[in-house]
Amino acid sequence: MIEKNNNSVLRFMTCGSVDDGKSTLIGRLLFDTKTILTDTLSQIEKTSQKRGMTALDLSLITDGLQAEREQGITIDVAYRYFSTGTRKYIIADAPGHEQYTRNMVTAASTAQVAIILIDARKGILTQTKRHTFLTKLVGIKHILVAVNKMDLVDYDESQFTKICNDYKEFSQAIKANNNQAKIDFLPMSALVGDMIVDRGNKLNWYQGPTLLEYLEKVDVTELDEHSALRFPVQYVCRPQDSSNKDLHDFRGFMGRIESGLLKVRDQIKVLPSGHQSSVKDIRIGEMKIDEAIPEQSITITLDDEIDISRGDMIVHDNDTVQSVKSFKSMICWLSETSLNPGRAYLIMHTTRSSKAKISQICHKVNVNTLAHEDANELQTNDIAEVTFKLAQPLIVDQYEQNRSTGAFILVDESTYHTVAAGMILSME
Amino acid sequence: MVTKTLTHLDWLESEAIHIMREVAGQCSNPVLLFSGGKDSLCLLRIAEKAFRPGRFPFPLMHVDTGHNYPEVIQFRDRKVNELGERLIVASVEESMQRGTVVLKTPDEPRNKYQSITLLEAIEKYQFDCCIGGARRDEEKARAKERIMSFRDEFGQWDPKNQRPELWDLYNARVHKGENIRAFPISNWTEMDVWQYIEREKLELPEIYYAHNRDVIKRGGAIVPVTEFTPAKAGEKVENLTVRFRTVGDITCTAPVLSDADTVEKIIFETAATIISERGETRLDDQMSEASMEQRKKEGYF
Ligand SMILES: Nc1nc2c(ncn2[C@@H]2O[C@H](COP(=O)(O)OP(=O)(O)O)[C@@H](O)[C@H]2O)c(=O)[nH]1
Repeated sequence: MIEKNNNSVLRFMTCGSVDDGKSTLIGRLLFDTKTILTDTLSQIEKTSQKRGMTALDLSLITDGLQAEREQGITIDVAYRYFSTGTRKYIIADAPGHEQYTRNMVTAASTAQVAIILIDARKGILTQTKRHTFLTKLVGIKHILVAVNKMDLVDYDESQFTKICNDYKEFSQAIKANNNQAKIDFLPMSALVGDMIVDRGNKLNWYQGPTLLEYLEKVDVTELDEHSALRFPVQYVCRPQDSSNKDLHDFRGFMGRIESGLLKVRDQIKVLPSGHQSSVKDIRIGEMKIDEAIPEQSITITLDDEIDISRGDMIVHDNDTVQSVKSFKSMICWLSETSLNPGRAYLIMHTTRSSKAKISQICHKVNVNTLAHEDANELQTNDIAEVTFKLAQPLIVDQYEQNRSTGAFILVDESTYHTVAAGMILSME
Repeated sequence: MVTKTLTHLDWLESEAIHIMREVAGQCSNPVLLFSGGKDSLCLLRIAEKAFRPGRFPFPLMHVDTGHNYPEVIQFRDRKVNELGERLIVASVEESMQRGTVVLKTPDEPRNKYQSITLLEAIEKYQFDCCIGGARRDEEKARAKERIMSFRDEFGQWDPKNQRPELWDLYNARVHKGENIRAFPISNWTEMDVWQYIEREKLELPEIYYAHNRDVIKRGGAIVPVTEFTPAKAGEKVENLTVRFRTVGDITCTAPVLSDADTVEKIIFETAATIISERGETRLDDQMSEASMEQRKKEGYF
């Protein structure tokens, strides 16, 4: 299959409880889109035989590391790739074991679509609710509920309909960071291959798209012409080349557009200083462009000489956004060492960081019941609403409005480990 | 108004530029590992787009096993000159002279000893980050690799103790002696690399294109006949049209039969190919299913 050069990237994740068929599904997608290569396949054949299996175990394709193979479990997020003529896909494969919350939040942070697997025989379980809550928490706007193992319920339409209805009922009740997630439903058999890439001939009562058709068509573009410009400065380029007149005074501000559009001549201001200027030129490498769009890494120059350094945020001059020194957020505790509310941590947010202290743990969310619980400390996999006090001002947005400027990580200043992931709820 | 999205190559390029600039912004003494191979040539183009008209905020470093195709070394040096950047060569043979690398047999492949030479160079130059061209699609153990991957003082990668990596907030902080391996093209596949080479009209060492070469068919592999890999008694030397899919130490890089003498033809062949890059051309990786993981734990790229 030759790819056209004009395709875009879609990032999705799969969530399911153990044995729902997640590995088989990914294996099937890769196999049916002809992404699995011969030598990998022969290794899988060998391993399948070694384990006394007669058929090819497609789930072995996604089995990663030695340690896990010994324990027979997947312990970390793995990334897989395939391409069609339409899109390049990046799959984040988050295992559903002990570290489920931490892994799911990690995988979800970069995903645009979540596929939630349900075993057709079992219907909706506590885990399904947990997965739905977490995908919504991390702001995924497209959820595909995939009812798997339809072959084991004789491809029964009424069983599928019942699961869809049950799901709709409880998912409306879940409010977490984004309530506008679009939900679709799909019956399938990952093992047999029905409704993944091929339709098969057992699910003729289902008229909707196959899994791959869904992925090819799902529209994940956000309406960026309405969103505010956010351009965090990553790096300042000052060649100071005195032998070259043009370069002698060159000051390029480098970074990636996180949201909104930036055009040549736009009036901008730099936060937190508030200095104003206008855009002289925009380039990617040596190539000049008139307009930059979200996710583009660019270099800009300005008409005025103002002091700008890494960590500053460039916005349009009429933007009312202000820097804050405290905010309320949802955090997911990732570290094995529990939160010590008395300590200062380092917040990394866009290209800026600040020391931060927790001023209050409002409550913890029980991811199984979604009930709010009191908490004085947080442990691995805990999700909690927390308010922070910052040593340095940050330019933030609500996570619901902006997944880049609303997100942060928390770093332990003595070990330098990443200990928590945060999503901003409101500025104080 | 039309909604605009980036094509997949633009998206991948932009992500890679972002990662390199994070390295430059967060690390105090990074280095870019450059072998002359196609993945590291993509890195160089990305570095140009990330930092020009300025200088790269890091030197380039080749971890040299001493077993090279001369074309590749000439190409490497010419490329570095054109860019006007600084190249450091860390040599496995010097480690052998120091006695820190001890081969079991004189003709043992030296690829795995690159880890030792690399660690010695990291210590000598006090690098806190090495930018490399590894991709997650290359090998199973890499699928879980972070974009900024933490290594301890012994250069070890502990798959169970990796920092979680969320959004595109990369945590490259390390203590003295520890370091980060940064992989800007983690999310690229072999096909993406070739498409990028085509789009950017990147020049590659000639051995990537089909050419005639003396080879031996040994086991399932095609082994080039060189001073380091001579024919064994009784083996038949054939002159065939081949190309390399990776360049590296001569003793563990095998060519494939191919007439593809242009990038377009290589892309066409890659699309039709059913054997993954490492399986086909890295003679040392097939040994065991877990061999890459083992090497990574020991400090390999
Ligand atoms: N009958 C049937 N079995 C399935 C289907 N999908 C997965 N399985 C089986 O369910 C078991 C668990 O699947 P696996 O993919 O390892 O689940 P994971 O733990 O979610 O990754 C395996 O024995 C699979 O062969 C399906 O659609 N139908």
